[in-house]
Amino acid sequence: MSILVNKDTRVITQGITGQAGSFHTRQCLAYGTKIVAGVVPGKEGQSFDGIPIFDTMKGARQATQAIASVIYVPAKQAAAAIIEALEAQIELVVCITEGIPVLDMLKVSARLQQCRARLIGPNCPGVITPGECKIGIMPAYIHKPGSVGVVSRSGTLTYEAVYQLTQLGIGQSTCIGIGGDPIIGTSFVDCLKLFNEDPQTEAVVLIGEIGGSAEEEAANWIKQHMKKPVVAFIAGSTAPPGRRMGHAGAIISAGQGTAEAKYQALQQAGVKVVRSPAEIGQAVKSVM
Amino acid sequence: MNLHEYQAKSLLAKKGLPVLRGRLCTTPAEAAEAVRDLQGGINGRICVIKAQIHAGGRGRAGGIKVAKTPEEAEELARLMLGKTLLTAQTGKVGKVVKKVYVEEECKITGEFYLSMLLERSKKCLLLVSSPAGGMEIEEAARKMPDKILSRPLTLELGVESGLSEAIGLSFGFTAPLREQLLKLLSGMFQAFIEYDCSLIEINPLVLTPEEKLIVLDAKCVLDDNGLFRHPELEALRDWDQEDPRDAAAQRLGLSYVGLDGSIGCLVNGAGLAMATMDLIKQHGGEPANFLDVGGAASLESVREGFKILLADRKVKSILVNIFGGIVKCDLIADAVVQAVRELEPRIPLVIRLQGTNVELGRRVLAESGLNIITAENMEQAAKSAVAALK
Repeated sequence: MSILVNKDTRVITQGITGQAGSFHTRQCLAYGTKIVAGVVPGKEGQSFDGIPIFDTMKGARQATQAIASVIYVPAKQAAAAIIEALEAQIELVVCITEGIPVLDMLKVSARLQQCRARLIGPNCPGVITPGECKIGIMPAYIHKPGSVGVVSRSGTLTYEAVYQLTQLGIGQSTCIGIGGDPIIGTSFVDCLKLFNEDPQTEAVVLIGEIGGSAEEEAANWIKQHMKKPVVAFIAGSTAPPGRRMGHAGAIISAGQGTAEAKYQALQQAGVKVVRSPAEIGQAVKSVM
Repeated sequence: MNLHEYQAKSLLAKKGLPVLRGRLCTTPAEAAEAVRDLQGGINGRICVIKAQIHAGGRGRAGGIKVAKTPEEAEELARLMLGKTLLTAQTGKVGKVVKKVYVEEECKITGEFYLSMLLERSKKCLLLVSSPAGGMEIEEAARKMPDKILSRPLTLELGVESGLSEAIGLSFGFTAPLREQLLKLLSGMFQAFIEYDCSLIEINPLVLTPEEKLIVLDAKCVLDDNGLFRHPELEALRDWDQEDPRDAAAQRLGLSYVGLDGSIGCLVNGAGLAMATMDLIKQHGGEPANFLDVGGAASLESVREGFKILLADRKVKSILVNIFGGIVKCDLIADAVVQAVRELEPRIPLVIRLQGTNVELGRRVLAESGLNIITAENMEQAAKSAVAALK
């Protein structure tokens, strides 16, 4: 078991012929991911490495019965691409694209509330169940199948944590980058719920960062419901208030969203917090 | 992107919000001329000279003054222009005043607070109001938490009349004033949507003895990700208000935030960049900056990143932390070697490479013959960068 994706997940790539879309589709195929169709308006009938291309998500979904999609289209069209996937009854939409306007994401959120689909991201590395299915841009080789769930707002910092685990011989059940934007489809709490119910997952690593209150909400949920040990690191203890630290969502405003407040909330919820990003792997080892 | 008060008011005025007449001035002579103009022949009519900086708290810091004559305005503008203003919000570096806004005065019988912003966890917009205007909302929240109304807005419905009525009543407004308020809030919402704002704050909104509502001060922040829809708004960006290091990086599409420490950082990925700063601090050092060269780090971005770090005289050692995923370590190593040969930094350089093609990357560094300190992991890298300062 794992969460969200496994060896049977059939995936459509939206924007399969673009620079990022084509490169990462090949990487995912090489990992064994079942990418069964691509969507690029105006290119229906063509193919990419033998994968059929369709004009629309509806057409691709009908022809392949895929239930997941991954989006690499540019920020200007990304929100429309998400909505198209939702309308085609895709159940899991993973949006890698960075730089989508917040107002576009508010429209997407309103649509999401009306359907059962799940959106991961945007502005995220994607989701991987090691050894089974990789949807996104994370380097495959650092992962190892196992029993630790990883959920994070960051990209490369997630790689760092996963690498530490793998180096210690600790494998992962599923790793999810939920994205660095202020408005994202799937929260820490959503992922924690899934990990909590997943028999394969024995512990969870949560990697947060400054800004917003997603970590505090996670702490609250963990306190009441989590049955498995959680290890957490929060990036940005040294970040100055009021400045956006790369990610659009990483900003401390009016004293809210500091790393310290998040650490305290998580600690009070019984989470093992680590203050050094170099100690994530060791901390997981200590709770297992 | 932050806007100046005069820019925010001009955008709001386009949506029908009531603002006072004013003139933007960059010289004392222009300020005198502006007062002459705004007085319209009425001697002694008061005008207000307002320093235009990207920070609040100007009044208490001496950035807002009144003038009764053109001569007085000229003198006040002379004192303000070119000076660095230190307010509660500027940080200890302050902000340089390059422009003043000269505005007509109005009599005030009441001050109120309004803002629209993003509510992240509920995934909606929020309309915040308080009858205690003129002070910072954080202060108002401390003093009278029960007087702050905070209501969600949806994109489809905007500001409904019922909500506007409730706010009007909490302000103690008469029916005609509540009608003015509804118009004002609708315009504010339109501006928010049309210009891709992430914040509009009107503080204070004032009531005049003639029973008119006026936007006396306004702050507006635009969503950088929405700017592609409004290329004309890009012209409102004021590079003078940004840290010169930040501005240089931004022009190159790098994500940079200048800090006060001595260890320059160059990292791929925002989360890893923050974590690297945190680790430096834990080992007794202070980061000089946040710099994310992006997921698509290239020869160009690494070289330009180096230039920015080396241009900062406070930087006494450099730490490069790369976790190659898509980015290949040998490419980064090539870029670093090239940048070092070209720029010849005289300060210690610590590099930690991990991820895709790491062995190739390490070989490139070793074979370069350059004086580079390599580290196996990020902890060792942070320690070495701190130790290299001594």
